[in-house]
Amino acid sequence: MHPVTMTVNEVRHELELEPRDLLVHVLREQLSLTGTNVGCDTSSCGACTVLLDGQSVKSCTLLGVQADGATITTIEGLATGGELHPVQQAFHDHHALQCGYCTPGMVMAAVSLIGNREAGDRDSIRAGLEGNLCRCTGYHNIVEAIAEVAGSTS
Amino acid sequence: MSATETWGIGAPLKRKEDGPLLRGRGTYVDNLDLPGTVVMIIVRSPYAHARIASIDTAAAKAAEGVVAVFTGADLRDDWKAAMPCAWPVTEDMKNPEHFPLAVSQVNYQGDGVAVVIADTRAHAVDAAELVDAEYDVLEAVVDVAAAARDGGTLVHEELGTNVSYVWPLESGTFDEDADVIVKHTYVQPPLIPNAIEPRGVVARPEPGGDVTLWSATQVPHILRVLTAATLGMSETKLRVIAPDVGGGFGSKCDVYAEELLAGAIARRLGTPVKWIEERSENALATIHGRDFVTTLELAATADGKITSLRANVIASMGAYLQLVTPGIPLLGAWIYAGPYAIPNYSVTFTGVFTNTTPTDAYRGAGRPEATYVLERTMDLLAKELGMDRLELRRRNFITEFPATIASGLTIDSGDYHASLDRLLEHLGLEELEAEQQARRDRDDVKQIGVGFSTYNEMCGLAPSRILGAIRYAAGGWETATIRCLPTGTFQVVTGTSPHGQGHETAWSQIVADQLGCDPSEVEVLHGDTSISPYGLDTYGSRSLPVGGAALWSAGEKIIEKAREIVAHQLEVSADDLEYEAGTFTVKGSPDKEMTVKGAAWAAFTAHNLPDGMEPNLEATATYDPPNFSWPGGAHAAVVEVDTGTGDARLIRYVAIDDVGTVVNPLIVDGQVHGGITQGIATALYEEAIYDEDGNLANGTMAMYLVPSAAELPSYELDRTESKATDHPFGAKGVGETGTIAAAPAVINAVIDALSHLGVTDIQMPATPERVWRAIEEAKQ
Repeated sequence: MHPVTMTVNEVRHELELEPRDLLVHVLREQLSLTGTNVGCDTSSCGACTVLLDGQSVKSCTLLGVQADGATITTIEGLATGGELHPVQQAFHDHHALQCGYCTPGMVMAAVSLIGNREAGDRDSIRAGLEGNLCRCTGYHNIVEAIAEVAGSTS
Repeated sequence: MSATETWGIGAPLKRKEDGPLLRGRGTYVDNLDLPGTVVMIIVRSPYAHARIASIDTAAAKAAEGVVAVFTGADLRDDWKAAMPCAWPVTEDMKNPEHFPLAVSQVNYQGDGVAVVIADTRAHAVDAAELVDAEYDVLEAVVDVAAAARDGGTLVHEELGTNVSYVWPLESGTFDEDADVIVKHTYVQPPLIPNAIEPRGVVARPEPGGDVTLWSATQVPHILRVLTAATLGMSETKLRVIAPDVGGGFGSKCDVYAEELLAGAIARRLGTPVKWIEERSENALATIHGRDFVTTLELAATADGKITSLRANVIASMGAYLQLVTPGIPLLGAWIYAGPYAIPNYSVTFTGVFTNTTPTDAYRGAGRPEATYVLERTMDLLAKELGMDRLELRRRNFITEFPATIASGLTIDSGDYHASLDRLLEHLGLEELEAEQQARRDRDDVKQIGVGFSTYNEMCGLAPSRILGAIRYAAGGWETATIRCLPTGTFQVVTGTSPHGQGHETAWSQIVADQLGCDPSEVEVLHGDTSISPYGLDTYGSRSLPVGGAALWSAGEKIIEKAREIVAHQLEVSADDLEYEAGTFTVKGSPDKEMTVKGAAWAAFTAHNLPDGMEPNLEATATYDPPNFSWPGGAHAAVVEVDTGTGDARLIRYVAIDDVGTVVNPLIVDGQVHGGITQGIATALYEEAIYDEDGNLANGTMAMYLVPSAAELPSYELDRTESKATDHPFGAKGVGETGTIAAAPAVINAVIDALSHLGVTDIQMPATPERVWRAIEEAKQ
């Protein structure tokens, strides 16, 4: 077991982790943050996307011990107070979710994309979402929601 | 604008479901963490066809954290019936015995042979590695056409054949002497549905022998009845809950081995059992769709009037018959002629076993398979006749409704010309054709093509009498209950079971429109057999056509009882009351009025009701649809094909759909977006590839190409509207239309892009290699 410290959604946690514990399992099982979903086992679907030190990562592709010292934001930490984050609000406004299973990862990927100024137009948004799969929406409304928040040109 | 225009039927109301899902508060099965839960892992066969020689579980049983290990033989007596198939399509259909774990022989890669139960997932996975199963490997049969031929390898030797059934539908005689006959054979490969939430189940034993089962299922009610039967328990002892379910697309419309195993083992161990499917496991253990080889023939007069259709379909069942496996081809049986009036009609299905994952319902289920071969063949026939492909379609469209079609059903409504007209308004076909010609003239490496699909489909499953006539084991009705609560709010219980479709929002809009309230005042309960004892769940685009109609019928009963209460309270005759949007007014006395909410309060207090009337305002309706639902429309795809690499990319997609009355255009557009994406994926990207030994070669999301946003354009949608005359407020199904329409439009576009090079056929999916080979072969 390895001692690991991480700050998740502004709460500091001191954990004892097995070397093989994936970050997503640490979040879900040890911290009970079940908003981050697991959708595949090949780092393909992006349902488990979280922000690690401000950048989107697939939490199934990191070991918990690799997050030692990191600051992590999950979907549960995105809304402030009662207010949805602008990306969450835009997903609601544009009907950018159906079953909702990919949504936490998709929202976190979008937050990162917008923060990195990589959502200048719809083609950039589509390219930037390549690692996040949705089976319900056909992406159309997801792209519209992100474009609205990012103020994309086309 | 009246109030109902902002939130009633037809309003683009934002979804009520979104809040928890956007905040990471979904209730998916994997999020359940019940005290004392043990984890179940399935040990699966690495071989597609083998006899089980021995299974040694000693090392696994001794491993850290292991609670129990069971083989198929250990659990054989737990099953009071074999795994259920609810659709014996013919009297002599062959159905091999199928148990949740194989006992003596495995028949597809992924067939379960043992289960390991441990305190943690990690311990269970570790111990599963220690289960030592020995196999005597048998030759496998994978190809559906080869499996259908006599004399080859048999999947189930005891059946003496790979043919499960032959099911014909014939009306009229094929015109062998027609001016023109075209005939072509199409392969539609197996597909992996890939709902983003894999399956999962938690079974909790309750005091007194009851079991509560949470499952990522589309069909909690069907699951309850059939799980109880298989486990030999009373239906009343089993409660099934479908919590938030992360997509289904038909793949969660089934009764699966893991649900039965979790239930049986929870009873044995007396503790909750949890099983969560891994994605690569999903590729093997959750049903596949399609896997048809179809030969279609069309006969026509020289001026393009189609006189006869003959389809010969070989459909893979996979290794076993799951819940409705054999019936899937039949769901398309009546629409091989699509929106066209074709008087002579013949369809024959041969269901065959192969050593592959069982097939069953995947979005469209039987209808995409029909529409694909028809719309491809319409283009071939147009070419043969030297006629414009849209002109050929127009000459054969059904134009008068209700229309009794050769296959025997009646289409209540539609307007196929209107949809095609609207499509052409949006498409700019002349400009596209000019661009295509310019690229051809300059021998551009990137060519463009335009493909069409004018379609109809039958959904809204289904009139119970018709289901009975085609040997389906259950009915096709749906139920709804409306309870008018004393505070002026409404509680709805529906027997349908959403998994992303937005029923809570749409059902609230229907009640709001009919009974005069705000949608936020409506609570919609679903997906729990203890709150909705009757229900037939969600599949086949049935929820709105059947469940929505049941809800409307319950609303009519509410209005009927409220009318008597209001008449009594206002001391007028019920005949003198007029009703609109929740309010009764008295003819000639506009100052006298009372709402449904007011009637609900009066019914709750029961201080002053008509003599003999029961207190409370509540109604339940069960609706059996008089007909299927018949949406239709016209779709066009524009593709760009790199003739150097064979890479085909979709650059535009225009979809015009006629789904009758739209309850919520946001939701309907979302269904169309998602549906056409799965059809496009079928055409360009997706195929479950087996090697000759039956190994699934691309059973991960890294290998099986579910398209991302990067592969797709934004879509252009519009609608025409012919109200369903066989539905109380004119609605038709929409969940599968896109998937049914899209694949042929895309493939027709790829072929159109390359037609000047002599390419006439490309098998789905049109991968770069297949496209490149087609170009090279055309050069020969």
